[in-house]
Amino acid sequence: METAEAKNFKKVDIIFECQDCKPIEVLDTNLERKPDDIILDIIDSGLKGRGGAGFPTGLKWKFTKNETAEPKYVICNADEGEPGTFKDREILDRVPEKVFVGMALCGYSIGAKEGIIYLRGEYNFLLKDLNKKLEKFNKQLKDRNLDFSISIKSGSGAYICGEESALFESMEGKRGEPRNKPPYPTTEGYNFKPTVINNVETLVYTTMICNLGPDKFKELGTKDSRGSKVFSVSGDTPIAGIYELELGMSLSTFVEEFGDGDTKSVQVGGASGHCVPRKYFEDTIIGFEGIPTGGSMMIFNSTRSMYNVLHDYLEFFTEESCGQCTPCRVGCQQLLKGIEAVKRGERKPSYLDDLKKLASNMNLSAKCGLGQSVANPFNSIVDNFREEIIY
Amino acid sequence: MSNNKYLVNLTVNNKPVSVEEGTTILDAARKLKFKIPTLCHHPDLHVAGNCRVCVVEQKGARNLVASCATPVSEGMEIYTNSAKVRESRKHVIELLLSEHNADCTKCIKNGRCELQELASEYRVGDHVFLDLVDEKDKIPDISSPSIQKDDSKCIRCQRCVRTCSELQAVSALAVVNKGDEQRVSTFLNKPLDDVVCTNCGQCVNRCPTGALTERAYLDNVWEAINDPSKHTVVQTAPAVRIGLGEDLGVDPGQRVTGKMVAALKAIGFDSVLDTDFTADLTIMEEGTELLTRLKEALVDNNESTKLPMMTSCSPGWVKFQEHMFPELLPNLSSCKSPQQMFGPLAKTYYAQKKGLKAENIVSVSVMPCTAKKFEAERPEMRASGYQDVDYVLTTREMAMMVKQAGIEFESLEDQNYDSIMGKSSGAGVIFGATGGVMEAALRTAYEIVTGEEVPFKNLNITPVRGMEGVRDAQITVKGAKPEWSFLEGATLNVAVAHGLANAKKLMQAVKSGEKEYHFIEVMGCPGGCLGGGGQPIPTSQEIRDARAKAIYDEDADMPIRKSHENPEIQAIYNDFLGEPLSHKSHDLLHTHYKPRKRY
Amino acid sequence: MSNTDALIKNLVEKHGNSRNNLMPILQGVVREERSLTEEAMLKVAEALDISSAEVYGTASFYTFLDTMPRGKNVIRICKTITCHMKGKDEIIEALEKELNINVGETTSDKKFTLLSANCLGWCHKGPVMLVNDDIYPELTVDKALEIVQEYAHNSK
Repeated sequence: METAEAKNFKKVDIIFECQDCKPIEVLDTNLERKPDDIILDIIDSGLKGRGGAGFPTGLKWKFTKNETAEPKYVICNADEGEPGTFKDREILDRVPEKVFVGMALCGYSIGAKEGIIYLRGEYNFLLKDLNKKLEKFNKQLKDRNLDFSISIKSGSGAYICGEESALFESMEGKRGEPRNKPPYPTTEGYNFKPTVINNVETLVYTTMICNLGPDKFKELGTKDSRGSKVFSVSGDTPIAGIYELELGMSLSTFVEEFGDGDTKSVQVGGASGHCVPRKYFEDTIIGFEGIPTGGSMMIFNSTRSMYNVLHDYLEFFTEESCGQCTPCRVGCQQLLKGIEAVKRGERKPSYLDDLKKLASNMNLSAKCGLGQSVANPFNSIVDNFREEIIY
Repeated sequence: MSNNKYLVNLTVNNKPVSVEEGTTILDAARKLKFKIPTLCHHPDLHVAGNCRVCVVEQKGARNLVASCATPVSEGMEIYTNSAKVRESRKHVIELLLSEHNADCTKCIKNGRCELQELASEYRVGDHVFLDLVDEKDKIPDISSPSIQKDDSKCIRCQRCVRTCSELQAVSALAVVNKGDEQRVSTFLNKPLDDVVCTNCGQCVNRCPTGALTERAYLDNVWEAINDPSKHTVVQTAPAVRIGLGEDLGVDPGQRVTGKMVAALKAIGFDSVLDTDFTADLTIMEEGTELLTRLKEALVDNNESTKLPMMTSCSPGWVKFQEHMFPELLPNLSSCKSPQQMFGPLAKTYYAQKKGLKAENIVSVSVMPCTAKKFEAERPEMRASGYQDVDYVLTTREMAMMVKQAGIEFESLEDQNYDSIMGKSSGAGVIFGATGGVMEAALRTAYEIVTGEEVPFKNLNITPVRGMEGVRDAQITVKGAKPEWSFLEGATLNVAVAHGLANAKKLMQAVKSGEKEYHFIEVMGCPGGCLGGGGQPIPTSQEIRDARAKAIYDEDADMPIRKSHENPEIQAIYNDFLGEPLSHKSHDLLHTHYKPRKRY
Repeated sequence: MSNTDALIKNLVEKHGNSRNNLMPILQGVVREERSLTEEAMLKVAEALDISSAEVYGTASFYTFLDTMPRGKNVIRICKTITCHMKGKDEIIEALEKELNINVGETTSDKKFTLLSANCLGWCHKGPVMLVNDDIYPELTVDKALEIVQEYAHNSK
């Protein structure tokens, strides 16, 4: 972890702000601009994907625009399955038009005619309202002679479908198994055509950057982590919920605001993220220069068993691994059964070191981000709470 | 090599190499003779990149990359044996072993298992991980007479799944569930004999472990051989003689006919006979059936006679048709396959000639095929009053018998087949290659119609040869004899397909009317029987090409090249059957088919 | 024509018979019938001309595309850590007792199936459960029982 200068804790109101911003007007203003200018603004803003991986959004748009294959697609990744994350549901519930406009602007910029929202099956209750609003929105697009329309495809309960290539497979009626990369979505995405796939929150920021201009966005955050981000705060906190915060704050200021006074550790980035113990709060920066996060912040106080936390995560990965690659399919089972065996005394405590090596090798050799990231919670929890795992 | 591809420069283990754009790191490394282990990779199949045993280090990349699935890029620096790579690879092997039922000494694949080989190479004997094998997976599915499925040996490389879908267009096997529950399974995990499986065994050919194997019947055969009251007759299919050597230390593409016969005699079979003989017989029956159908359809306008006529020698193909295109079953030739023509004849004609009782004959066949095991057990296949063929062994099982018998195969002196069903023509031999039945049939049918040899140099009907998935050819009849005058000047359209995915394409073209043919040959396996599911492992296009060359060389070397000139064929018609399509032929040599569920 | 037959025919007409439409078709069947029967998967395979093993393989990948028989109402209780911390075990215990089944089972009258689920996306308002497509956050034991009783009354 770098010891960069932390920003102060600051609440922001861009994503859910509704007073001044009329999404459809943002669309109207920007449809008068050249597609390249819009893309340049997004690049200039420094916006990185808010799903967790953090690829520069503007570059994604640019690469896809430069592809010659047709048709192109804009996909909104609303398969929010990371434990501890619930911001996309809230966004789609409260400001869906901002998402739609982001998709339409992307379509206009890259030359796509079709936009699809992949909504996780757990959020099916949103469908009725979303479809109604989409119908209206699609009509508005038609009225403006913009050859673009948006539809929704539902998931059916599979965490791995949040991985972009698994999501394409699922949309194509197949098992949601991640593909080999390259090729990347910008060249071969949905239906093996050039595709921009952005997270729900990312799309709202593109709308807002087109509304406010890149400079306003750039003013927030740090050099490596521009702008703000929506955080899903849960666990041992008196004020669980959704908060938009400037990037670059230290974890200690975060805990000061959200903790219950007895915070032992924070799981940053969901089950696949890192567990940070109290002693590192001060030095941990929330952002791409420190610990990046899709927004999940789970707070644990001193009453919680970190064995239970880790066990819960490993059970989750064991079930939700797509199962195709060896390190993830078998590795997750070995980690889970391994800590159980240590807990029961059937394996020596030093077996945890074998398991840590395994986790690190899963990180190196697994096919996709799921298997690669299991090492994050495993190694950070075992390193910092070894006794809790053993005894 | 196409000229419009760019060359990409990279280094592997610091050695520079230039390869075509799109080449994988694996192939680039192989070009430099660096071996990278693989499990899910197979040259016949699309890349999966899921076993991760082939990971290598790419300088500057955070993670290791799967060399089978990653294309080269300019300036890449690859390390195939760094400490990072070795440790990760070893972990992958250990993980696979932890979910694998490693009772190697009891496994039919012992000594020929790719996982075992890797485990030995990487010295993982003392692997530390917990045993994850599910007890309920340890009960193998032995419902099929052809294929055994043992989930406790499965390492989920999905080669079988890709084989079943990409090469065979059947998809009897699929990946089901996810996470720790993920398995390779049939529909609702039904027994193999209850699903659309054609028993082709191509999955068996590509399974790296003992998860999918043939049902082995060696012990039954040994028992029969050792029983003095039994007379054991063995027949060997055309493609066995050009494949068997591979399991006995001989390079692919070597013909071992004489040694094979000698080995079977040394093993103790009372009589070693040739399926090629009944291949010739098949040509007599099927060629005549074709001409009869042509006359019925074209001259008599008989509505119930269906064209194109389709070959029925390949039991995997026949079952495919029963499942997938039952409406085309009337198009299948009523001829049994050579194995099943041999069966009843061994227990009737041969028994009579040799003064044996049918019940004392144990009829064994050695086949490049797993579907033949199923075929032998079809209820239709009891024309002799007994099960016509008692046991079907694969080429691999025969090689195992040779080893068990302590026979030093390569030092055997060549021997000849026994009579009276041991002689064959070159036409019978080429049954083992895709296009061979077609070529053999045309050699005879053309001569029946015109009295002249087929108008191809040295009788080699090259348009129907080769490895193109679907091939077609035209032959124009010139100089038809008076009784076949309706064929004078007619052009016969024929087509050949191999591998069931190609067969499916051809059937769709026929069904839609897009293509019109008179005669179609289909073999269920890629390359025909020479690439059969019972042949030595591994298989690849290169190996199949070598086997095909051996088959056509064998044909070219035969003194007799046409089925109707085989003296033992002439004798069996004179002494026993009468003429092709006679009443007796119908009773013994022809059969019918039944529709099966498609999904 | 059976009900399943007619349902699948309608779904295929609505969505199209290409492989890309497999998910919405299977989802449509589950919406009406709560799970995918052997018959339903065979019919879908036939309509899309793909193998039944592939339909099964795809369906069994997705938690919500059940291939086991399910009750009229499927209850899924989030079992992820934050809901765990907020007392999902007590909710499960109460519902198991109320319905007289264990997690993973279906009541003998086929009205309810009780399942656990991975993160449902309501970590700030746990414990939470889905009944069919409807979400119930901030559960207490009493609230959960009340909701289930309501479903019991409303469904024959």
